Amino acid sequence: MTNQNKTIWQKWKAWVNGEEALLHPDAYIAKRAERKKRSKKKTFNMRRMKENPQVYHFLCVSVCAAFIGILLAVVAELPSFGAAENPTNNEVMERYLEKGMEETGAINFVTGMILDYRAFDTFGEANVLFLAVIGVWMLLQRDRKNFSAEQERECEEDAAIETAESKTILQIGAKYLTPMILLYGVYVICNGHLSPGGGFSGGAIIGGGLILYAAAYGQEKVGAFLTKRRFLTMIAGSLLTYFACKSYSFFTGANHVGYAIPKGTPGEILSAGWILPLNICVGLVVACTMYGFYALFTKGEL
Amino acid sequence: MERLWINYYEAAAVILFGIGFMNLLLQNNLMKKFIGLNIMDTAVYLFLAAKGYIAGREAPILTNGILDAQYYVNPVPAGLVLTGIVVSVSVTAFSLALVQRLYRHYGTWNLDEMIRLAREQEDDGWQM
Repeated sequence: MTNQNKTIWQKWKAWVNGEEALLHPDAYIAKRAERKKRSKKKTFNMRRMKENPQVYHFLCVSVCAAFIGILLAVVAELPSFGAAENPTNNEVMERYLEKGMEETGAINFVTGMILDYRAFDTFGEANVLFLAVIGVWMLLQRDRKNFSAEQERECEEDAAIETAESKTILQIGAKYLTPMILLYGVYVICNGHLSPGGGFSGGAIIGGGLILYAAAYGQEKVGAFLTKRRFLTMIAGSLLTYFACKSYSFFTGANHVGYAIPKGTPGEILSAGWILPLNICVGLVVACTMYGFYALFTKGEL
Repeated sequence: MERLWINYYEAAAVILFGIGFMNLLLQNNLMKKFIGLNIMDTAVYLFLAAKGYIAGREAPILTNGILDAQYYVNPVPAGLVLTGIVVSVSVTAFSLALVQRLYRHYGTWNLDEMIRLAREQEDDGWQM
């Protein structure tokens, strides 16, 4: 059957089954090869473009300048900065501010928002941090798969130089500062529902304190109490506790606002329902993540 | 132009975003590329924080027992910025770990150099 006598459907079927290619292979290959050659000439080649750096730089700068220009034109049309009647300041904000204390028990409305109204969003953030630290661990861990013998030797030489160095000022400073930094971190976490701060900032402060201590006295000292096992138990345990605290809303019809969790008197440390335990969980995850990043990037082990 | 002076926070954020984007395009060093990415993140936080500000109002923490939405600034962008910071920290850490692995394999921070070495290895038939 020739091509002319077929219906459109039959032509399509023949094309799908490759009949044309099987019956006239030479013609088919010639057609394909020709098309390929033609398209190669036309394609925009990134490699050739970077061969001429001046043109490339000029194009980059002009693209960015055009981009900034378009965005500035949009900014000029935005509602005025700091005006109360802007569309972003709508009934959502009113609800959070006026009903927030009654429904969550937190004096800090931002904490009430992120750890009660939007607690699952924060749970997702904690999981993102956990995944990041596990991913970094997988990529940088110091073992036979990731490190060759030569790199291992270099690392040991670096460690020997580091221990031989005298770091008197750093060590004395770290000795007196670390307890205060850790205490301040605990204060920020535990007052998350009363004052500015919360799990994320407090956890970052505690992580910073641990990093200072590790920089002064070596990671072995921190590794003595923050072992791999405890590190993983702490992160995974915090995430599971968070989920257990918040999962009641699965049984209350996805409505976890104003449910029968005792709120206490707003303004006291032991108030605001689950917000304090959730803050502590988030703080532990963030502190472990911060220190984990430091330890994995410098030495490749915890 | 006059409107840009009124919205000066947003204008600064947008210019910062453009600078970060230009860094991403022009730098060949992968470390500097990720610094550019972080500048772009920071520009987004600045923009969001500027959206939440209302002139002459207090931070959204109960003060003097006033429970009135007319007294505080908008708390929603603060939560969004928090999410952004966490994600950007995670992405930066993960990508820097990848960069470190690439450096160990190719011995260079330069992206063009890396691509050239990768092509050569491909032509030689992929020996790891």
